[in-house]
Amino acid sequence: MGVLQLIVSGLANGCVYGLIAMGFVLIYKATEAVNFAQGDFMMLGAFICLGLTNPQFMGLPFWVSVPIAIAIMGAFGYALDLVVLRRMFGQSQIAIVILTIALGFVLRFAAGVIWGHEPVSLVTPMAGKNVHFGGLVLGASEVAVIVVTVVLTGLLYLYFNRTKLGVAMQASSQNQLAAYYMGIPVKRIHSLIWALSGMTAAVAGILFASKGSIDPSIGLLGIKAFAAAVIGGFGSLPGALLGGIIVGLIEPFSGRYMPSGYSQIMPYLLLFLILIFRPHGILAQVHAKKV
Amino acid sequence: MRTVFKTSYDADINLFRHKQQFGWYLALLLIAVALPLLLSTFALGEATNVLIWAIACMGLMILVGQSGQASLGHAAFLAIGCYANVLMQQRLGLPFLVTFPLAGLIAGIAGALIALPMTKLHGIYLAIGTIAITILVEDFIVLAAPLTNGVIGLIPPPITIFGLTIDRYSTPNTLYYLTLGITLLVVLAYRNLQRSPLGRSFAAIRDSEISAQAMGVNVARTKAVAFGISTGITGLAGALMGHYAGIFNNETFNLIISIQLLLAIVIGGLGSIHGAFFGAAIVALLPQTIAFARDILGSLVGGGSIAIPGMEAAIFGLILILFILFEPMGIYGRWVKIRTYFELFPFYRRDMFRRQKAYLKTERMR
Repeated sequence: MGVLQLIVSGLANGCVYGLIAMGFVLIYKATEAVNFAQGDFMMLGAFICLGLTNPQFMGLPFWVSVPIAIAIMGAFGYALDLVVLRRMFGQSQIAIVILTIALGFVLRFAAGVIWGHEPVSLVTPMAGKNVHFGGLVLGASEVAVIVVTVVLTGLLYLYFNRTKLGVAMQASSQNQLAAYYMGIPVKRIHSLIWALSGMTAAVAGILFASKGSIDPSIGLLGIKAFAAAVIGGFGSLPGALLGGIIVGLIEPFSGRYMPSGYSQIMPYLLLFLILIFRPHGILAQVHAKKV
Repeated sequence: MRTVFKTSYDADINLFRHKQQFGWYLALLLIAVALPLLLSTFALGEATNVLIWAIACMGLMILVGQSGQASLGHAAFLAIGCYANVLMQQRLGLPFLVTFPLAGLIAGIAGALIALPMTKLHGIYLAIGTIAITILVEDFIVLAAPLTNGVIGLIPPPITIFGLTIDRYSTPNTLYYLTLGITLLVVLAYRNLQRSPLGRSFAAIRDSEISAQAMGVNVARTKAVAFGISTGITGLAGALMGHYAGIFNNETFNLIISIQLLLAIVIGGLGSIHGAFFGAAIVALLPQTIAFARDILGSLVGGGSIAIPGMEAAIFGLILILFILFEPMGIYGRWVKIRTYFELFPFYRRDMFRRQKAYLKTERMR
């Protein structure tokens, strides 16, 4: 496999990590809560889409089930904030971390009960097709992953800078109290952020499922995405994508040029070095801490 | 309600607040000593497991409950303690009495060294950094296969102390007493730490880092010391866990164990020794309880035992979610509330233990 193909497959993986990491960052920016269940959100999104599409379950056409799956995950995120996380308002960060870890366990169990623990593949129109691009042979699903990620990032950028709701979200993420004084319904904004994060996770999940088989334990990918978010700079959306791509690229290259066994620890080693030498990531957002 | 009249400054830091309290703990100790006479061999093994988990939980509690740093990396230090203990016995032929404290020391030094660069980190970054430690150590055990035997695992030799052989299966009583003795020593060390200037500076850092700094506490050094003490105790628990498990490999100490440890002390109640014990009991006994419940349910339904993979973790997660939503102070917190209710009857108010903080402070400036 040529270096270019290595880069493309790394980029495709990295985009999935980046999308999960963006889900983390969305929630963290707006609510200061860290959602350790983001990986399991991604898993759930993938399985909902799979459950709607695959012939052994509902058998809907792929292009119908994708928006339904995204909408379901959005509603799930909104409901989760409304029912569970709103009660946690004002509690310490670590309590929310533990809560979301526990939530991840529960989601993984639920997915296992509904869809089974054996790896299954999502039936997509891209499966098994190749794209010929100037002498390069690339998997159609990998190209689709990269294109969708770029489009989604652009849409999120426009959303946060051009729409009223996006600006309100930015405001409440910068200062909740001041935003509240300005008439922004902070609590509802938080729920909407969770919904948005759930939708991003669903997209990430569908993209991940289109590249290979999935099982309920793929939620653990969230930890790698987490490393990506920290490497890029927690609290910065472009940083999350950048971190995801770095992690995605490091894996195939260290797998190829280093002794076996080292490729899986490289992302964490990089994370560790980043935390020591640049604790707030490449695109740092923290400037000083108030007393 | 009992009022304790303090007649000297030392009364503030006495080990026991009054004679009755001492009496209750003495009774508890007597029950613990008599336990092998009361329980079957199987139940005694479970009790030993609870005590080992309690030591590990106390180790983590010093870090999270006392000095306010969250760690998801303590499985790594369980592993370091466990491997150090067994490898020194197997490779160097040292006796258990030497390797056991050394294992704690090695885990403690490793923890302090890792903590030094990480003391700059706060809350969530620290949690992520420590996750990385767990994953790195787990993978390192596989990479260092010539030393650690990789995925095949190691079998710890039986413990020998002054000609007395201690093994989980042939002499469960002695293993229980050994664990009980070590648990008592750790509890005593923990209590004394809480009463000492070091313990006070831990609490100061937990409550406000900046005020602690203003009061003359060297924040970075104290955090590293807290990390070292915490991981040292966890290393001791790891050494015992290895002997208790009988065989261990890289997967014995994975991220799930780290998470379970953190969850245990939260369910038990942060910041108290009681909490460590309650949490340890829940985590160590839950698998058996679920297995029993499943057998009973299976016999009632008549379809044999039902096995659903992942149910244990899900039930654990559900318990945890309910605790964080409805009793964030854990089992010990609930117990304190019930006790206060009866002590103050009929003057207990619902919001007596309510925290004042109403909205989140942000760490970011823009």
